[in-house]
Amino acid sequence: MDFNSQLFVQYLIIGIASGALISLIALGYTLVYGIVELINFAHGEVFMMGAFAALTLVAATGVTGDSSAGAIIGVIALALLGAMVFSALLNFGIDRIAYRRLRNAPRLAPLIAAIGFSFILQNIGIYWHGSNPITPPSIIPAEYRAYNILNEWFDLETRIRLRPLDLAVLAVTIPLLVGLTWFVYRTRTGKAMRATAQDREAAALMGIDVNRTIATAFLLGGALAGAAGMIALYYNNAARFQMGFRYGLFAFTAAVLGGIGNLAGSVIGGLCIGIVWAMSDGFMKEYVPAWGAQWTPAVIFGVLVLVMIFRPSGLLGEQTVDKV
Amino acid sequence: MAMLEIRDLHTYYGHIHALKGVSLDVEQGEIVTLIGSNGAGKSTTLKTISGLLQPREGTVRLGGDTISGRPAHRVAAMGVAQSPEGRRVFPRMTVLENLQLGAFVRGKPDPADLARVFDLFPRLKERATQKAGTMSGGEQQMLAIGRALMARPTLLLLDEPSMGLAPLLVETIFGVVRDINAQGTTVLLVEQNALMALAVAHRGYVIQTGQIVLADDAAKLRENEMVRKAYLGEE
Ligand SMILES: Nc1ncnc2c1ncn2[C@@H]1O[C@H](COP(=O)(O)OP(=O)(O)OP(=O)(O)O)[C@@H](O)[C@H]1O
Ligand SMILES: [Mg+2]
Repeated sequence: MDFNSQLFVQYLIIGIASGALISLIALGYTLVYGIVELINFAHGEVFMMGAFAALTLVAATGVTGDSSAGAIIGVIALALLGAMVFSALLNFGIDRIAYRRLRNAPRLAPLIAAIGFSFILQNIGIYWHGSNPITPPSIIPAEYRAYNILNEWFDLETRIRLRPLDLAVLAVTIPLLVGLTWFVYRTRTGKAMRATAQDREAAALMGIDVNRTIATAFLLGGALAGAAGMIALYYNNAARFQMGFRYGLFAFTAAVLGGIGNLAGSVIGGLCIGIVWAMSDGFMKEYVPAWGAQWTPAVIFGVLVLVMIFRPSGLLGEQTVDKV
Repeated sequence: MAMLEIRDLHTYYGHIHALKGVSLDVEQGEIVTLIGSNGAGKSTTLKTISGLLQPREGTVRLGGDTISGRPAHRVAAMGVAQSPEGRRVFPRMTVLENLQLGAFVRGKPDPADLARVFDLFPRLKERATQKAGTMSGGEQQMLAIGRALMARPTLLLLDEPSMGLAPLLVETIFGVVRDINAQGTTVLLVEQNALMALAVAHRGYVIQTGQIVLADDAAKLRENEMVRKAYLGEE
C-alpha cells in the first residue's frame, strides 16, 4: 500500500496539538521533580480537576455557540484562567498539607501521599461531575465547527484539516511555555527555584526561602495542568474523572523521555509522545487492519524503554541544558 | 555585648548528641577560630548558627537578637553568610550566577562587590562563564568564599576554607580572610589547619566531642601544650 502523505500530515497535526497538551502536563511533573525529587502522582488528577473547574465555569455562564463573539471569547478566557488558578491552588494546597510535612521523611512517604491524593481527587471528581463522561457546553459557533483553516485562509485544495481548535491549542500552549522559560531563567524567583533544585541547603544559606520557592513550583505546575485541563476539555469534547490517569501517565512518560527535571526535555518528550499517540491511534490502522487504539500505551512505553536503554537520563537529561 | 553570643548549645542529629553545651563569643571586628579534630562538632556549630540546624537547647544571639529557632534564610537576611563545608556551589550554574546568588539577600548584586571578589580571586573572573560543577576543587572553594562575600555580610562563617587547596592557595585564602576582616567583616573560622588558623585569628576555641575545652587568645593557644600536641603535631 502506498504511503498516504495527506493522512500522515493530518495525524501529525493532531499529534502536535496533543503533544503540546501533554507537554503542559509534563512540565508540572518536571518542575516538581526537579526541585523536590518527588514524582507527584496526583498531578494527573490536578489536571482533571482543572478540566472540571473549566466545565463548571462555562456551564455557569450559560454562554453557548449562539452567544456574541465577545461573550464567547470572554468565557474562554474566564474558563482558562479559572482552571489555571484552581489547579494552581490545588497543587499548592496538596504540597502545603502533605508533602511539606514529609520533606525530610524517607522518599517513599511523599510518594504514597501522592498516590493517596490521586485517589482522593478522583473521588472528589466523581462527586463533582459524576462518573460518566461529560460533554462540555458547546461554545464554538456553528459556522466554525467544520471550518478548515487551510481551505478558508490559504485557499489550499486539500482534504487535510486544520481546525481552529488545533490552532487554539498552540495559541495557548506556546505563550505558556515561553512564559515559563522566561520565569525560570530570568526572574529572581526563577533563579531561586534553580538554586533550590541544585542544593537546597546552600540555597537557604543564600537567603532563599526554600519552602516558598518549592510552593512556587507547585503553583506553576498546577497552573499549567489547569490550562491543559481546559484545553483537553474542548479538544476531546469530553471530561471524565479518570481522564487524569491516561494523560498523567503519558505526560509522566514524556517527562522521563525528555529527561526529567529538564524543561525543554518535557516539551520535546511531550511532542514525541503526542505524535506517536496520534499515529498509533489513527494512522497505523490504514496499514495494519488489526491495529487499534488499544496498542497505543504499548507503543508509547516501547519508545520509552528504547530511549531508556540507549539514553538512561532521557533525551536531554544531564548534558546540555540545565535542570530546572 | 558580643556581636555573636552562643550559650549552652545542644544540637542533635536524631539521637546523636553532637553539641553538648557549646558557649562562645565573637566580638565585632574579630577573627575567631574554632579548631578541633574530625567529628568534634565544628561544622555542627556553624550550621546551628546559620539556622540549617535547630538546637534542642541553648541560644544563639546576633547583635542582641535571638536567632536560634529562625530558619536559615532569615538568618542570612540578618547579615550572616556561610561558606559551607564541602563548598556546596550550585554545580549547574555558572560562576557568575553563583556569585549573583550570593547577593540574593541584597536584592541586586552590587558591581563593586563583584569587582572586589574578582580582585581577590582573579581565577574566578577568568572562569566567569564556566559551570561551577566543572571547576577544580580549589576553584570551587574560592567560589564558595566569593559567593559568601557577595552578601557583604556582617558575620562571615567559614568552614574549612583551606580544605583541598595547594599550600600557596592556602596562604592566599588566609590573606583574603585578613583583608576582609580589615575591611570590617567579623569572621568565625573553622579549621583543621590549626597552625594557619591561629596565625590569622585574634582568639580561638578548641572543641572536643561537642564541648569547648579551651578558649584563649590565639597567640596563647599557639603556645598551649595540649594544642601543640594534639592540633599542631608538635612534641
Ligand atoms: N547528618 C548527620 N547525621 C548524623 N550524625 C552527624 C551528621 N552530621 C554530623 N554528625 C555527627 O556529629 C558529630 C559532629 O560532626 P561535625 O560535622 O560537626 O564535625 P566536624 O568537627 O565538622 O568534623 P570535620 O573536621 O571532620 O568536618 C560527628 O560525630 C558526626 O558523626
Ligand atoms: Mg566539619
